[in-house]
Amino acid sequence: MTLLHIRNLSVDFATASGQFRAVDGVDQDVNESEILAIVGESGSGKSVSMLAVMGLLPWTATVTADELTFDGQDLLTMEPRARRKIVGKDLAMIFQEPMSSLNPCFTVGWQIREALRVHLGMGRRERQARAIELFEQVGIPDPEKRLSAFPHQMSGGMNQRVMIAMAIACKPKLLIADEPTTALDVTIQAQILDLLASLRDETGMGLVLITHDMGVVAETAERVSVQYAGQKIEEQPVVPLFETPHHPYTSALLDALPERATEKRLPTIPGVVPGQFDRPAGCLFSPRCQFANAKCKAEAPRPSSIELGHARCFYPLNSNERAAS
Amino acid sequence: MLNYALSRLLTFIPTFIGVTLISFSFIRALPGDPIQVMAGERGISDERYAELAKQFGYDRPIYVQFWEYLTGVLQGDLGNSFVTKRPVWDEFFALFPATLELSICAMIFAVALGLPAGVIAAVNRGKFFDRALMSTALVGYSMPIFWWALLLIIVFSGNLQWTPVSGRIDLLYYFPDPTGFMIIDSLASGQKGAFVSALRHLILPTIVLGTIPLAVIARQTRSAMLEVLGEDYIRTARAKGMSPGRINGIHALRNALIPVITVIGLSVGTLLAGAILTETIFSWPGIGKWMVDSIFRRDYPVVQGGLLLIAVMVMIVNLTVDMLYGVINPKIRKR
Repeated sequence: MTLLHIRNLSVDFATASGQFRAVDGVDQDVNESEILAIVGESGSGKSVSMLAVMGLLPWTATVTADELTFDGQDLLTMEPRARRKIVGKDLAMIFQEPMSSLNPCFTVGWQIREALRVHLGMGRRERQARAIELFEQVGIPDPEKRLSAFPHQMSGGMNQRVMIAMAIACKPKLLIADEPTTALDVTIQAQILDLLASLRDETGMGLVLITHDMGVVAETAERVSVQYAGQKIEEQPVVPLFETPHHPYTSALLDALPERATEKRLPTIPGVVPGQFDRPAGCLFSPRCQFANAKCKAEAPRPSSIELGHARCFYPLNSNERAAS
Repeated sequence: MLNYALSRLLTFIPTFIGVTLISFSFIRALPGDPIQVMAGERGISDERYAELAKQFGYDRPIYVQFWEYLTGVLQGDLGNSFVTKRPVWDEFFALFPATLELSICAMIFAVALGLPAGVIAAVNRGKFFDRALMSTALVGYSMPIFWWALLLIIVFSGNLQWTPVSGRIDLLYYFPDPTGFMIIDSLASGQKGAFVSALRHLILPTIVLGTIPLAVIARQTRSAMLEVLGEDYIRTARAKGMSPGRINGIHALRNALIPVITVIGLSVGTLLAGAILTETIFSWPGIGKWMVDSIFRRDYPVVQGGLLLIAVMVMIVNLTVDMLYGVINPKIRKR
């Protein structure tokens, strides 16, 4: 069943120099107990679109969408008070920097128990028991002692486990993880990803993994959505995406993986993601695309068929092979 | 924590000597001396002057005088007032409760209004309330305290006759003052109307003395809150579905309190300085008025001892503030 249903989501930021469109017409579905990865470079709008779902964008942002529902409830028309009953309970999110995402003035135990009290109305003893249980679940040793620690007394990896424990405290249906491992050591990264995947297996919650690391995608995700300059440009299950990418950008991203490099120099994508003032008229990727022609630079491509991974491209790659097989 | 407190106490020693030296030299730098003031209009013969100077020890070199004063202070002897002949120590602590009562009320007034005002301004950043409040705070901060006091007296005591002009309590009431705090003693005395009278006498001095700290606290709270509200952990609290009231009042305010506590601590110094003016205007029998009177009388021991004790009070308050940091934000305790 579809848990999160997004159609034509756009987010505009009011800046001193005019409107800036950070997310541009994104469609996205997330199903129950599915791991969806959203990949893209910095500035591709992947975090912003999920922050819009959570309602965490600053007041300078304007969110518009044709449809935005979570678990059958319309998030667009919902009152803030009603939304707060869902956010943090059924819909949870963890962030990139575990160290700065926890409040330095309160013990980690207090921060977990707070969610339990506000959302589930648990009693004192019940909360403590549940907090210990959660710490065990996310693999924090010596939970009783650690609950009374402050964030600065623990490592980054431990703090991210605390964040995860806090997010899953009320047994959410969907967990959004915004680059949960970017700030962590490589060994810890793997542990955190394993933890997230195993929690999904245990609880059956949906998991959205926002990342720019294709390695993380390959290891963890089941379905992948590639975003570029605020648009979703391709979406496929993980194996076909790695085998037969359809959008030139996806292909270029995969070529840039060190594991896949065949030559001495690692291939890179020249240029940067277009910003507020250098948005091209046609396809947003055309200035950096090696296949782009006059049409690409003049006209904006529409998403193609599901067989071609909804690729926003006039000339999707691997289309003949795909059609033949 | 204990080590930290002790190391901070050690830094008191140079400050203490500095304050002693400054208070000792300042009063002597003023033209005139106690003997001339005592002699009054008629003047004094040179022989009699020399005799008195010898009696008070002013004929000796200044560093010898300072050394004697310093050794006396270290033994707890601040000397006797020239005017009343009573020990400075006794006079100070007889008058100090009045100043303390006024200062505490002024501080409560400043914190109780300034803290919420700053929080509300930060939450409504850029809106009407924010602008109005911050402009008012700037006016409050820049206002000369004596002018503000006179203005309030004219309006509330003169025109409206809501509050008394001066003093701590109406002359009708008389009762023992074991604590020295008029509002506590008046309540304890059980005399009808005494407490209300004491309270009414407190209102205007409290407002006058609390205005500058109020403005400083409101502005500091606002800027600290604005900084904290942009932090990642505030986003986390929102992602947890916490209400805006809870986020602003608990998650953000606790973090914003550190700089606010700092200015509260520093305001105590301003407050004691402001008390000198406020007490003079409202005839409030506290150490501020006592100090001013003593300066005019060139009462060397009183001015020296008074300044020293006030400085020690300020130092103690700031030490307490430093200790509070660790209580509010445990991360600071680590250092």
